[in-house]
Amino acid sequence: MPKLNHCSDLEALRQKLQEDRKCIQSTIIIPNGTCCQASNSPAVINAIRKELARQGIDKNVQVHLTGCHGFCEQEPMILFEPGNLIYCHVTPEDAKEIVARTVKNGEIIDRLLYTDPVSGKKFRTETEIPFYQAQDRQLLAYNKWVDPCSIEDYIAVGGYKALAKTLTGIAPKTVIEEIKSSGLRGRGGGGFPTGRKWAEARSVPEDEKYVVCNADEGDPGAYMDRCVLESNPHLVIEGMMIGAWAVGARQGYIYVRNEYPLAVQHARLAVKRARELGLLGENILGSPFSFDVDVARGGGAFVCGESTALMTSLEGKVGEPRPKDIHTVKEGLWNKPSVLNNVETWANVPSIIVNGSGWFASKGTKGSKGTKIFALTGQVKNTGLVEIAMGTTLHDIIFKIGGGPKNGKAIKAVQTGGPSGGCLPVSKFDIPVDFDTLYETGSMMGSGGMVVMDEGTCMVDVAKYFLKFLQDESCGKCVPCRVGVDRMLEIVTDITEGRGSREQISLLQELAETVAETSLCGLGKTASNPVLSTMRYFADEYAAHVDEKRCPAGVCKELIHYDILAEKCTGCGVCLRSCPYDAIKGVKKKVHAIEEQICLKCGICVTECKYDAIAVG
Amino acid sequence: MSMTTIDPILEGRRSQPSQLIEVLQDVQEICGYIPQDAMKTVAKELGVPLMEVYRVVNFYKAFTLKPRGKNVFTICTGTACHVRGSDLLIDQVKGQLKVEPGDTTKDGLFTVESVNCLGACALAPIVVQNGSYLDHMTPAKLRKIIEKTRETKKKKEALNA
Repeated sequence: MPKLNHCSDLEALRQKLQEDRKCIQSTIIIPNGTCCQASNSPAVINAIRKELARQGIDKNVQVHLTGCHGFCEQEPMILFEPGNLIYCHVTPEDAKEIVARTVKNGEIIDRLLYTDPVSGKKFRTETEIPFYQAQDRQLLAYNKWVDPCSIEDYIAVGGYKALAKTLTGIAPKTVIEEIKSSGLRGRGGGGFPTGRKWAEARSVPEDEKYVVCNADEGDPGAYMDRCVLESNPHLVIEGMMIGAWAVGARQGYIYVRNEYPLAVQHARLAVKRARELGLLGENILGSPFSFDVDVARGGGAFVCGESTALMTSLEGKVGEPRPKDIHTVKEGLWNKPSVLNNVETWANVPSIIVNGSGWFASKGTKGSKGTKIFALTGQVKNTGLVEIAMGTTLHDIIFKIGGGPKNGKAIKAVQTGGPSGGCLPVSKFDIPVDFDTLYETGSMMGSGGMVVMDEGTCMVDVAKYFLKFLQDESCGKCVPCRVGVDRMLEIVTDITEGRGSREQISLLQELAETVAETSLCGLGKTASNPVLSTMRYFADEYAAHVDEKRCPAGVCKELIHYDILAEKCTGCGVCLRSCPYDAIKGVKKKVHAIEEQICLKCGICVTECKYDAIAVG
Repeated sequence: MSMTTIDPILEGRRSQPSQLIEVLQDVQEICGYIPQDAMKTVAKELGVPLMEVYRVVNFYKAFTLKPRGKNVFTICTGTACHVRGSDLLIDQVKGQLKVEPGDTTKDGLFTVESVNCLGACALAPIVVQNGSYLDHMTPAKLRKIIEKTRETKKKKEALNA
């Protein structure tokens, strides 16, 4: 394809691509992101292609591979357009029937339709499904139409329109004003106003500046950025280009987690394609603006999600944060002014430019505008990526979209914001989700992880889990985080192992506050949040561990024991075979027994027993 | 690590200290670990002190100094996986393979690793076997996969014998 030398070239290409697409009569859309591939989508794709060819209709039907559609629990999915028909949990064995009945004759295969786990009702189209209906999908809506490996797809749905609009008539200062008045705040965790960040970087009189995309999404339980970058990389690149134009940068970097191989691959391919079309490089679309992007892989260090650490890592060094007395917008990467935003923030920029700041600001709450993507996971029926307008309540997200508890156990908490956030109890589920309200209630939005916990989760154990995570990931540069997290973990471990005392709880509180006040970087400052929020809202669970030496959820190994109930045990032997430590003894059809000295209380036998014959005491 | 293997990795990156992590990523990908001689070559070719190369290798989790086994099982211990019982999976491999996460079995057949989040949280708990993702894992499923891998190895050995 020839290079695009002018905005009119881009528009002509868009029109041609749109015309070409009008000729396609029937499309089978198959999502093929990381989650989809984990659910065996490549085998489904192969089977469908083979069947289309075998039944002789491969010329009339287009198979369109896209990124993630968000409803990961139902993968592998297939969508049929026109018609919006959706099939869930498709297997390669279904391909023959799908092609013969649905594709050829327009019949609907009932068993492959989505069944709502709440009402038991079946739904034919994607838009009818309650999971999608309760959302406001702006960024994720593109994923359905865009093959992440095809720049043509992105251009056909209106891609790079915002760039062309910017380059032909919006001065950098006006772009910044537009972003400021949209009210866009950083989606990575801090919630800093994006326009202000850009304005500060612009005001520094330096020739060399950088824009950086933070795709080092290390928060466990969050994968929004992976999905956006993996499914629609050009959207992110276009956002970065507009940012670069606004602040005066010529070079950009995308720093991606190495644990996201598909995102790395798609981002690299997108950069290559954009360069081939002249959308990256010198004099983009014939304008004086020149800009290029490189993709760098992270090394698997959580702390590198922090701005200063990320930039040090980009320089090829050990990713330790540095004091922020001088902001990165003044002295960042290679000591040059640098604007760092995360994937989702960059992805919001093009639509603000195209639709105007008023459109963006019309969604959301007073202090938090627009939509936000959350990764809804844990013990809910519908797990996946959820995009909602800011201000939607936790209750709506967890019950309307998530469909409520998964295993029949009552939901008791939701963890938001990853290791920097906190756990909120059911009594707080009516709060609107936005930056400020979550912060006031003792948690934070973070990048958007939302892990739902039920009665089978011990909240003290959750605090221990995050402290272990932070101990493991602390870079060790500053004492409060390195030593403080260690000591907090020691105390929480004592509590979960039955050695806790009342004095330790107050010491834990004091330590947590000190670590929060004195740590060097944002990760240390927020490291106490999981402890403080669980102590605040689940004090009774701490009390049960300390005073009664009891774990109400039956999780903490030192405080529980397993018993085989003689009246329920059938002697089937499943537990005996499943025990990795050979702690269960017994003969067939006779009641089995657990040898306490050998048992390490892993609980595998409980999950394996079909007769509920193993009790946790 | 021979020069013929490392040469293409270093191509276009020589004397650029900022390329250190990228170069090491490629070495790790090709060798499965970072050999000592590769660290020396990388230090020399990029112009970075060997000490700094070693520090970077030690700091980032993506790099390992020990060779890995034939089958690498990576158990995700992210929050969503934790809530859905990834601890049970760790117990399963600890019991069945008698190794701790991060170690390789004596016969070199298995390496078990844990990772803080793979970002496939909706399908938790997740285990990655040699690059392919296994969703909704249970201890029983994992046990069978390990048993099957062992059996395949035995069959191969029997055939060779």
